[in-house]
Amino acid sequence: MSTDGRPLSPHLTIYRWPVTMTLSILHRMTGVALSAGLVAFVIWLEAIAYDAVPYAATMQFMSSVPGRLLLLGWSFSFFLHLSNGVRHLIWDTGRMFGKSQADASAWVVIVAAVALTAGYWFVV
Amino acid sequence: MSLTSPLNRVLGFGSAKEGTGHWWQQRLTAAGLILLGLWFLISFAALDRYGQADLVTWVGNPFNAVMLILASFTLAWHSALGVQAVIEDYVHGPALKIISLVLSKFVHAFLAIAAVLAVLKVALGVSP
Repeated sequence: MSTDGRPLSPHLTIYRWPVTMTLSILHRMTGVALSAGLVAFVIWLEAIAYDAVPYAATMQFMSSVPGRLLLLGWSFSFFLHLSNGVRHLIWDTGRMFGKSQADASAWVVIVAAVALTAGYWFVV
Repeated sequence: MSLTSPLNRVLGFGSAKEGTGHWWQQRLTAAGLILLGLWFLISFAALDRYGQADLVTWVGNPFNAVMLILASFTLAWHSALGVQAVIEDYVHGPALKIISLVLSKFVHAFLAIAAVLAVLKVALGVSP
């Protein structure tokens, strides 16, 4: 069957990149990162509960530069996934679906995630 | 003409046979994790020191133990739902897809039970 010359629906690549697309991708990426973080969370609990998993070594690694970078990534992922998750829950009630509202809430999520991450690291 | 029986249509079940189950569980665990996540961050930040003995005391607190078990279970559940969606989107080929989906479920069940057991061990006062 020839499909030449038929109109195509627009592909992703022809759109000017909207901020909502960034948020959609970041939501999924931070979700996957947090799933990996779940493994670290469980190892940390095991280290507290069992001597077989050395607590001091676990904490020492987490205090090192790569460890801190991981924690920074996971905390930012948590706050972004949390903020954007609230955005999704608001959408689920049928509110804030307008194009400009979706753009504005995307920026709110980005600012909130950065601010919450910075604030948390400042406090702890 | 629809070939679906009227009963099936009214039950709202599609071909996946679970209707809105995945969607609703994802939302419910998300709402739970807002509370549990914020509790964890605040309670953890409020600790003075982070030695093993300090953490054992913290986990051993009855309220903290309940919250940690809830958090571990809800996290694993929410993560399993999310990873399932990612696998369904990106892993192609029926065999590889089924194997990844089942493995993900097994790993998440393992993580949840391991976390719960660790918290219980501390909370029930078996010395570390």
